[in-house]
Amino acid sequence: MLHLVNKSPFERNALDSCLRMAKSGSAILLIEDGVYAALAKSAHAEKIIGRMGDFSFYVLGPDVAARGLSDAPLIEGIDIVDYEGFVDMVAEHDATQSWL
Amino acid sequence: MAYECNGVTVETDEEGYITDISLWSRELAIQIAAEEDIEMDDDHWEVVNFLRNYYEEYQIAPAVRVLTKAIKKTLGADKGNSKYLYELFPYGPAKQACKIAGLPKPTGCI
Amino acid sequence: MSEMNEFDEDVPEIVKRFMYVNRRAPYGTIYALECLEVVLIAAAFDQDVSVVFLDDGVCQLKKNQDTTGIGMKNFSKTYGALDDYDVEKIYVEKESLDARGLTAGDLVIPVEVMAADELREVMAQQDVIISS
Repeated sequence: MLHLVNKSPFERNALDSCLRMAKSGSAILLIEDGVYAALAKSAHAEKIIGRMGDFSFYVLGPDVAARGLSDAPLIEGIDIVDYEGFVDMVAEHDATQSWL
Repeated sequence: MAYECNGVTVETDEEGYITDISLWSRELAIQIAAEEDIEMDDDHWEVVNFLRNYYEEYQIAPAVRVLTKAIKKTLGADKGNSKYLYELFPYGPAKQACKIAGLPKPTGCI
Repeated sequence: MSEMNEFDEDVPEIVKRFMYVNRRAPYGTIYALECLEVVLIAAAFDQDVSVVFLDDGVCQLKKNQDTTGIGMKNFSKTYGALDDYDVEKIYVEKESLDARGLTAGDLVIPVEVMAADELREVMAQQDVIISS
């Protein structure tokens, strides 16, 4: 399963719910305001760092760049994908769940 | 309406502002100015270029009082005043000059 | 002509304190851009204006935004024009910066960083607060 999170962890609990409900082995892609969850020095960083063993985390590069985070330290182990990579991920997984 | 410039059709909104900034050129500016009954001279270009630089830096077309103040700061008080600017652009420096510069309507003009 | 005097420009106007509070990140929703436009338009009214950034609102001011990949206008450049519009009171909550690992040096314009304790007092003095 591919999970998409598009809300900031500071504003909504979408990431929390995703991390609680997703099955181990799932891929989680942070997009739009969801990319703020990837900030290494943020108050929510531990949530992702602590689950690195359970999930593979990805972040959408164009959304990172738009928000000026290309020069900000992101959590180590999160892979950056572009729109093509996004499409590939959707195609590779049998299902996609959006945490709106 | 629309302009034909260098073989390209450039669309405008109902008030005559071009809708795609990237299609602007000096030739097009001269055409838009003619539509406004303005013949572009060096003084007109100075203001139009100033506006384009302002847009490039801040992504907005400044309101007329902001434009006047900003021109005063860089080009001096003899140009940064409404009398001078209204002589160049009788129907409003921000509105007319912005249109010729290919920019949207000024932000904060009421 | 004497009746013109009551419309004399020297008659003092009542100046109200307007505060615009930004709490949303840019691009994900339209709130940040809309609020910026309202501030620029309202700047014409010569009131006592301040703009506050807290919670995800501080992300609006992050340096190095590059929106070419998402096809939206990079309006972070427009905050630099606030000074030309005589909007000079820009406050950023320190706790919100800290929670995101950001500092004043990460922001596109010079701002006054305030702790919540101090910002609370400034908020309490306002006549009108507009939230987004």
